[in-house]
Amino acid sequence: MSAVIEARGLSKRAGRATLLDGVGLTVEAGEMVAIIGPNGAGKSTLLRLLSGDLRPSQGEVRLKQRDISSYAPRELAARRAMLSQHINVTFPFTVEEIVLMGAGERSAREAGALVDAALDEVGLTHFRERQLPTLSGGEQQRTHFARVLVQLACGEAEHGPGLLLLDEPTSSLDLRHQIDLVEAARRRAAGGTAVIAILHDINLAIRFADRLIVLNGGRLAADGPRADVVTRETIRDIFEIDAVVHQADGGVPYVLPQSMRARVPPR
Amino acid sequence: MSVATGTNARSPRRVGGGRRFTSIAIPLLLALLAATALAALTVGAAGIPLSRLPAALGFAGTTTADAMTARDQLVLWSIRIPRIAATAMVGGLLAAAGAIMQGLFRNPLADPALVGISSGGAFAAAAAIVFTDSRFGQTLHFLQTELLPLAAFAGSLTATAILYGVSSRGGRTSIAIFLLAGVAITAIANAGIGMLVFIADDRQLRDITFWLLGSMSGATWNKAALLAPVLVIGLAACAYIARGLDLLVLGEADAFHGGVDVERLKRISIVMVSAMTGVAVSISGVIGFVGIVVPHLLRLVIGPTHRLLLPASVLLGAILMVGADTLARTIVAPAEMPIGILTAAVGAPFFLGILLRQRGLASL
Repeated sequence: MSAVIEARGLSKRAGRATLLDGVGLTVEAGEMVAIIGPNGAGKSTLLRLLSGDLRPSQGEVRLKQRDISSYAPRELAARRAMLSQHINVTFPFTVEEIVLMGAGERSAREAGALVDAALDEVGLTHFRERQLPTLSGGEQQRTHFARVLVQLACGEAEHGPGLLLLDEPTSSLDLRHQIDLVEAARRRAAGGTAVIAILHDINLAIRFADRLIVLNGGRLAADGPRADVVTRETIRDIFEIDAVVHQADGGVPYVLPQSMRARVPPR
Repeated sequence: MSVATGTNARSPRRVGGGRRFTSIAIPLLLALLAATALAALTVGAAGIPLSRLPAALGFAGTTTADAMTARDQLVLWSIRIPRIAATAMVGGLLAAAGAIMQGLFRNPLADPALVGISSGGAFAAAAAIVFTDSRFGQTLHFLQTELLPLAAFAGSLTATAILYGVSSRGGRTSIAIFLLAGVAITAIANAGIGMLVFIADDRQLRDITFWLLGSMSGATWNKAALLAPVLVIGLAACAYIARGLDLLVLGEADAFHGGVDVERLKRISIVMVSAMTGVAVSISGVIGFVGIVVPHLLRLVIGPTHRLLLPASVLLGAILMVGADTLARTIVAPAEMPIGILTAAVGAPFFLGILLRQRGLASL
């Protein structure tokens, strides 16, 4: 196993506010990591630092044993792919044209098979000629996921296992497509990709990842296997709610917030 | 919010994309440009029927060297052909500058004339006229023809830089601030032009008025020769930035994630928009709406992919400008209507139409 990405002592300040304070982590090839934490914990900031889009105020990020700021944008794009939240496309690009953007300089003919496979994987083959602005939020999110998958595949074909960063990839998706997306990401990890995703749904995060990273107030609150991290005490400390943690099949924990359970009428 | 979501001026349920013309778009536009130019050659204050055209162009041998042919040749080679060439290039530059700007600001309503970039160029050009005529600048008077495009470029560049600086923050461009900043820049440039009008003498006043209305009547071979290199460099730059502009539609951060050097893309785009607009303005004066109408029409037919949109904009911009200029010099012949009046009279209602359509979409 080799580290795909390593971060040491990452801090990010904006004006007087400290968004992130001394966070360090290492993610190996084939690992699946979920980042959880309350609003404003610094999750998106951490992901943007790991993507090379933001520069840290302190600390360093190394992607494949090289300082991330030493890569040119195109070199970086061949080694890490990132799906952001809230992408608003103002021109009438079709689904197919958006997905093809992931293929870089490759022509539609060269990347055709990759585009077809990605569209099939997100279940949008029948929408390929539809204009993106006419689709629902969830369908647009799946289109961008397909674009990111094409970018990842193009990069990994040349440089081996890369890094896949997902910022709340399931925020607009219905239950079925949440599971589809999570499984697509798992397949990438099984192929050697290092996957890091921010997830709001803690149960989805537990299902999705073998390892959880908990951020709170810009600091690393916990980092480890899901069974160690997901305890009643952690949930209470981080999210300030009371919750029951159950063990499902195979020892996978799941979290039931207390206040929600109280609303369920007794049988 | 309604502005942001309503900017896709397309029917919401159009399946299939309507991308049937992508492979033949460029040849078709080239043929159309040739036909328009041919028509423009024949009409004007001195009419040259199609039957006399080959002889006048020198294609029909030397046997017909009569007085009529000599007159036709003079009209064509020293007046009409340079004017058509310059008009076509101005149209191409303005339309391509509009398309690049819309890609840069991710906003189909961006137009160099609408947000003060043309006005900035016109102000600088007018200042150059007054300065080189003044006692202080008289030593530079012989350079006036060369100085005007440079001044216009500098004025356009300043306006674009201010516009981007004001309306972009943290990688996001606010459409409302962008348009309002454009209004402010236009007002500043117009105040400067008003000041110049106030201090100018009669002859300078006529030159400055020409910039404000927009006209191709001053086109000569020299001016066409100034436009050509900018157009060639512009086309080369278009090929270089096309893919980056496509990805920029995702936003600056996501274009970067996709491998685009966003800062370099923005620098090249801003310099190109300013050079293309500035040089066009220095020849033709302020001509609005070409940069907004042409890319919009093309996106409806061939889609928004810049690799095709930018060269197609150059061609359709040339076609529309040559057509409009031909109309401008025949509609009130032997007098001439300033072409800027014509493009505004046609373009502004078109622009309102886009807004109406978007309003309809936004309220859905």
